[in-house]
Amino acid sequence: MAETTASSKNVKFIITRQDSPESKSYTEDFEVPYRPGMNVISALMEIQRNPNNAQGQTTAPVCWEANCLEEVCGACSMVINGKPRQACAALVDKLEQPIKIEPMKTFPVVRDLVIDRTRMFNALKKVKAWIPIDGTYDLGPGPRMPEKRRQWAYELSKCMTCGVCLEACPNVNEKTDFIGPAALSQVRLFNAHPTGEMNKEDRLETLMEDGGIEGCGNSQNCVRSCPKGIPLTTSIAELNKDTTKHLFKRWLGV
Amino acid sequence: MMFTVIEFMKTLHTLKGERPLMNGYYSRKLHSLLGIIPLGAFFVEHLLTNYQAFERGKEGFDSAVNFLNSMPLVFFLELFLIWLPLLYHGVYGLYIAYQAKNNVGHYNYSRNIRFTLQRITGVLTFVFVIWHMYDTRFQVAIGQITHEQLGGVMHEMVTNPLIFALYVIGIISASFHFTNGLWAFMVSWGITVGPRAQRISSYICMGLFVIMSVMFIMALTAFRGSEFQEVSAIGEVIQTVLS
Repeated sequence: MAETTASSKNVKFIITRQDSPESKSYTEDFEVPYRPGMNVISALMEIQRNPNNAQGQTTAPVCWEANCLEEVCGACSMVINGKPRQACAALVDKLEQPIKIEPMKTFPVVRDLVIDRTRMFNALKKVKAWIPIDGTYDLGPGPRMPEKRRQWAYELSKCMTCGVCLEACPNVNEKTDFIGPAALSQVRLFNAHPTGEMNKEDRLETLMEDGGIEGCGNSQNCVRSCPKGIPLTTSIAELNKDTTKHLFKRWLGV
Repeated sequence: MMFTVIEFMKTLHTLKGERPLMNGYYSRKLHSLLGIIPLGAFFVEHLLTNYQAFERGKEGFDSAVNFLNSMPLVFFLELFLIWLPLLYHGVYGLYIAYQAKNNVGHYNYSRNIRFTLQRITGVLTFVFVIWHMYDTRFQVAIGQITHEQLGGVMHEMVTNPLIFALYVIGIISASFHFTNGLWAFMVSWGITVGPRAQRISSYICMGLFVIMSVMFIMALTAFRGSEFQEVSAIGEVIQTVLS
């Protein structure tokens, strides 16, 4: 009985669409039957099943990406009612209608809501966000990591490269080559690891180049937007301290 | 005017892409440092000199100006501690302002609002400083007025309500830009790292902003006093400066 009353309600969506990477974007309205507990992904699935817009015309189904559906993979990041976030964790009951959905345009748009986050993975490669453990012989076990530090570093390791912090940052755009908050925080994570620490200077030096840590303008939108609650601005300030120290050490030849 | 500035910034931007003149990290670090030392330090000194006009009147202001001009190698002090840093900080700052994609509409958080204000007040201060230097230091340099007549020039200017209002805007912009810049400097050099340190330093810096703005406006009001009125023939000179 409850379900019949619920299904008579419709949820309104205004979706920004784009047919190809080069073409212009446009908006299309959709109405999706309401179901209790639905989120933006389930609404997009409904549109995929019945690709009719609000005017009743059949249209190409909206493209989007999703994977884990529990806010740990970062694939379904999009701008929902003006704020970048994961669509799988965006409950329709908690959103103002009509729900406006746009792709995160800081990244190249592939189609509709699908974006290309390659720059983030390139950034991780650039800052060497890994721990080199391979040698030509057995290097033996590394130093132990204190449990307290491990628990603290675990918070930084929650980063899922979702791109929300880059979308929110006013200094990540086509006029700058700023690497963005996510990769900066990963430098702090890998520099905190007892084995990773052995390559600390290499990582710091990658941040002391064009588009490195200098790109941060302290708007601190990143820390307010991060879905994982990573202390991004603390990471950046800590790395400001580390790079400043490294700068003087290098000059003075210590 | 704005169009030329934007075109200039675009040229700077493309030039940077082809062959960077200086690694971005160092150029940005230098920008940050110069904003505090020496420019911020000079700004505080300037406030204290002006405040003498409020506290001790014309005599106090004139003796403070005389003290500054009696410093050894004053020309080189001005060149290396004011003009060159000002030029670098101003031009590079315009480039930084041009690069930002301000988004306070979607992210109306206080730090983000201050990020945008930092850029707006930076541009306003840049324009204000050029105007202010043209009327004062530049006129001294070309021999139109002497240091002793500066108080009179200021009197003539700020008794005009429009100029007074523009000066108040310029002063508030400059004070905000310096104090908020001090907050950002402490983050950018890794002095205030954690959220608590950054919160407390923002209270201190915003408090400083209010104190400095009020003191500057008090000094400005003092220049409206009749004791700064020049009786000699320099009134004519001031008229030509103003027009």
